[in-house]
Amino acid sequence: MELYRLTAHELHKKLVNEEVSAEEIVESVYGRIDEVEDKVNSYITLTKEEALKKAKEVDEKIANGEKVGPLAGIPIAIKDNMSTKGVRTTCASKILHNYKPPYNATTVEKLFDADAVMVGKANMDEFAMGSSTENSGMKTTTNPWDLDRVPGGSSGGSAAAVAADEAIISFGSDTGGSIRQPAALCGVVGLKPTYGLVSRFGLVAFASSLDQIGPFSKDIRDCALAMNYVAGHDKMDSTSAQVEVPDYTKALGKDIKGMKIGVPSEYFGDGIDKEVKDAVWKAINKLEELGAEYEEVSLPHTDYALSAYYLIAPAEASSNLARYDGVRYGHRSEEANGLVDMYKKTRREGFGDEVKRRVMLGTYALSSGYYDAYYKKAQKVRTLVKQDFERAFEEYDVLISPVTPTTAFKIGDKSNDPLQMYLSDICTIPINLAGIPALSMPCGLDSKGLPIGLQIMGNHFEEEKIFQVAYAFEQETKHHKEKPSL
Amino acid sequence: MLDGYEMTVGLEIHAQLDTNTKIFCSCKNEFGGEPNTHTCPICLGLPGTLPVLNEKAVDYIIKAGLALNCEIATFSKFDRKNYFYADLPKAYQISQFDLPFCEDGEVKINPEGEEEMIVGITRIHLEEDAGKLNHDGDISNANSSLVDYNRVGTPLIEIVSEPDIHSPAQAIAYLKKIRSILEYIGVSDCDMSQGSMRADVNISIAPVGSDKLGTRTELKNMNSFKAIEKALYYEPKRQKKVLESGGEIVQGTMTWDDEAGKTRAMRSKEEAHDYRYFPEPDLVPVVVDDQWVAKIKEEIPELPDTRQKRYVEELGIPEYDAGVITADRQMADFFEGVVSDYDNAKAVSNWMMGDFLRLLNEEDITISEVKFEPKDLAQMLKLMDDGIISSKIAKTVFEEMFATGKTPDTIVEEKGLKQISDSSELENIVSKVLEENQSAVDDYNSGNKNVIGFLVGQTMKATRGKANPGMVNKILREKLEG
Amino acid sequence: MKIDKETVEKVAHLARLEVNEEEKDTFAHQLSDILDHAEKLNELDTDDVEPTAHVLPIKNVFREDKVEDSLDRELALSNAPDKDKGMFKVPKIVE
Repeated sequence: MELYRLTAHELHKKLVNEEVSAEEIVESVYGRIDEVEDKVNSYITLTKEEALKKAKEVDEKIANGEKVGPLAGIPIAIKDNMSTKGVRTTCASKILHNYKPPYNATTVEKLFDADAVMVGKANMDEFAMGSSTENSGMKTTTNPWDLDRVPGGSSGGSAAAVAADEAIISFGSDTGGSIRQPAALCGVVGLKPTYGLVSRFGLVAFASSLDQIGPFSKDIRDCALAMNYVAGHDKMDSTSAQVEVPDYTKALGKDIKGMKIGVPSEYFGDGIDKEVKDAVWKAINKLEELGAEYEEVSLPHTDYALSAYYLIAPAEASSNLARYDGVRYGHRSEEANGLVDMYKKTRREGFGDEVKRRVMLGTYALSSGYYDAYYKKAQKVRTLVKQDFERAFEEYDVLISPVTPTTAFKIGDKSNDPLQMYLSDICTIPINLAGIPALSMPCGLDSKGLPIGLQIMGNHFEEEKIFQVAYAFEQETKHHKEKPSL
Repeated sequence: MLDGYEMTVGLEIHAQLDTNTKIFCSCKNEFGGEPNTHTCPICLGLPGTLPVLNEKAVDYIIKAGLALNCEIATFSKFDRKNYFYADLPKAYQISQFDLPFCEDGEVKINPEGEEEMIVGITRIHLEEDAGKLNHDGDISNANSSLVDYNRVGTPLIEIVSEPDIHSPAQAIAYLKKIRSILEYIGVSDCDMSQGSMRADVNISIAPVGSDKLGTRTELKNMNSFKAIEKALYYEPKRQKKVLESGGEIVQGTMTWDDEAGKTRAMRSKEEAHDYRYFPEPDLVPVVVDDQWVAKIKEEIPELPDTRQKRYVEELGIPEYDAGVITADRQMADFFEGVVSDYDNAKAVSNWMMGDFLRLLNEEDITISEVKFEPKDLAQMLKLMDDGIISSKIAKTVFEEMFATGKTPDTIVEEKGLKQISDSSELENIVSKVLEENQSAVDDYNSGNKNVIGFLVGQTMKATRGKANPGMVNKILREKLEG
Repeated sequence: MKIDKETVEKVAHLARLEVNEEEKDTFAHQLSDILDHAEKLNELDTDDVEPTAHVLPIKNVFREDKVEDSLDRELALSNAPDKDKGMFKVPKIVE
């Protein structure tokens, strides 16, 4: 089998047994990129030269008999909203088209320390705002399962890269579903960790109280491995949690007998496609066969989460994105007359429609006279949504639901109707408001042959329980072995 | 001056905290430096960076709060104040909106020519400073500006006063008192010329007896007491003129034109500010417990009011003098240094209030730049007491100490200033003086006893001031009467 | 409609975003739709509910007051669209 088809843990074995070199692995992945990238468009920037250099370093270490970790020599894609020193970091926005940061994000630094090899920077919805990657100011990424369809978003490039074997593992960010939704639509594994578990330092902020970095992978073991290296406290991020990071792979293979699963009925409403619901129920039944117990549970404020999210996230975004003003970095309008005009024209030329819309919405929601009615109200509702989960986790180990109402939709289908696009985030958004972890993994294909995602949610810092359940399901069903025929 | 009206002044004092590093990053907190050499991804607001709070800055604001008799909040948080300006890299300032560290303080002031009074302090909050704009000439004429972000992220406290101030003298006394206290506790050097202390001044007038305040105008970033005082004489009169001619005061920011001695409305279109404050999601709340407060309390030195009282009660220094000396911590420390070597505190305070202050003012230097030590002044005073130098010579010695930093002993030795108290030597000198001033001697003998003063003067002149005046007097009388 | 063109203009100015006439209409419509949807929140009585700003109960995170290296000035200015004399250059501030 081609090396690019393998997982990180499979490649690691071959590497330490000296069956293959890191250079061969990296070359194999770039060969795959040469083959399919013009169809999939996962990447904004490729960093082949640096990647091969890093691969050679890994090979030297191995040749010298040094012990290398599980991510050593593994080709990894990084979403283009994570700061990479000397490598263009655009957030898929024209306003940052030429920005080269002088520092690395903590996550990137940790991956480099683990000897991972960065293949390139992955495409995304501009500033992570969107659910289809159609909002990229750079290019349109397609779904490797059907090139006429969207890969999901906002981390569409990261998801598509793993689905199309253009990277072994990738990293994305999830503010309202931006890892889980594209993972579902592309048929790969994606985890949004507990808020505060992975440092946000160097992640270009969209909505600071919701943003969280997480991995995409081809199977659960790789996901757990990746988390072993990026989780943990960071003194550069004040909101980073002071928790001990376990070895997540230890949770894999543990029996799930007697585990209690909650099935939130609000996540199976009318808006959810029947094929999706059926696949998720089938998965729940499979887990029951494996010895878990399930019960339906109500999370009564689910319906309000979306509205709260679409006030909180744009409000924070309007402030976070104010710094793109053409003074210190990025695009500056050539047309302007005076400072204020320069600001206005720079931002007009540099931002795409969705970003402008959310900046406008957020500015309005924070403005004098509306703060209490919108932003503060939304934060109170956030408390209620959070309490729903707190109550549920008193009873259940994990909660299980669909990730998305439908499988991948066609490019262009929803791009003119922002509200419809927002509604597609209905199953993922409450998780961000509560700050809990949730994983998306493949649970079968629909009648069109498109992947369906299964969402497993856990309580704060209980990623291990999620991995335990996810691994049991994966090993039993092998849905992750289904691949697109690119 | 405002008959029929009363002015109300609100002061928002900004003081930079004297920490080693900036408030949210590890860049050096230092005035000046080559432009943009004290910057990093965090203070430049580069995409993806996050703030982490400097604990020292919190220590310092608690200290300031305690020294200004504030309540210290047990739960405090930061908020974002959103506005665009070239000196603000993130396009928001991290500040505090509804839960500042300190509230409800007060300070006692002694305005010149008025009764002692209390000024309330509404709140003190912690925030970050902005960068600095440089332009050719005035900002309103410059075609472009250059931005230096060295100052961005300098920790600032903003002290907001209650509307208790009603005269320029009160405003100045308040500003000076705040500066004095912040210097005492060592949290800020309050150097107005370097902008480490500056004030926004709100001014309104209302008919005497009215319980409502008038519409106010604001002068931002004032950095000299003199300018503030002048503006506080000018602006209420301007407002009165407007009101009396049937006009209305326009609320807004004005600038003080020091050359013209006038306030002017800002030329740029003043828009209604909408800062869209919301809780800073990148920083977590600060909980200050009793232990923390107690620890800071222990670090607070004796403050000027207490010190002044002690000087009056224990050292017998006149209240006014004690006030002047204690207003400046370095001055008071110097004073105590002298007193520890020399026990006539009153004499020390007289010297400090007199020639010492005069020379400091003439040379326009602060006490930290003075070349001699407290013990030198003590030694000089002892030389006087011991009759080794006269008070007149002491003035000369002091000036020389001030100019060169040499010890009084050295100066007296080098310049040969030792008082002549040897009676045979003095008798010779006096005899010579009498010979040379025969007409004065004649006057004396014919009953004009006052010429003795003239003869004393001539003797002092002949000894270049070194003669012991008491002995000269005695010898002269003996010889004239003899 | 919750948001009229005038409000769009005001908000666009606050956000320092230039918008043309057509965009004003579009934004007015789209923002109104979204805010109508947000009306749903008013079904909930939240009088006694504390707002959530942070999902984790973290407090008192501090940095030691110790100086570390700043950026090389060249690097600090390396992305500047316009610079002069070691500083970032901006157009005329007062019009």
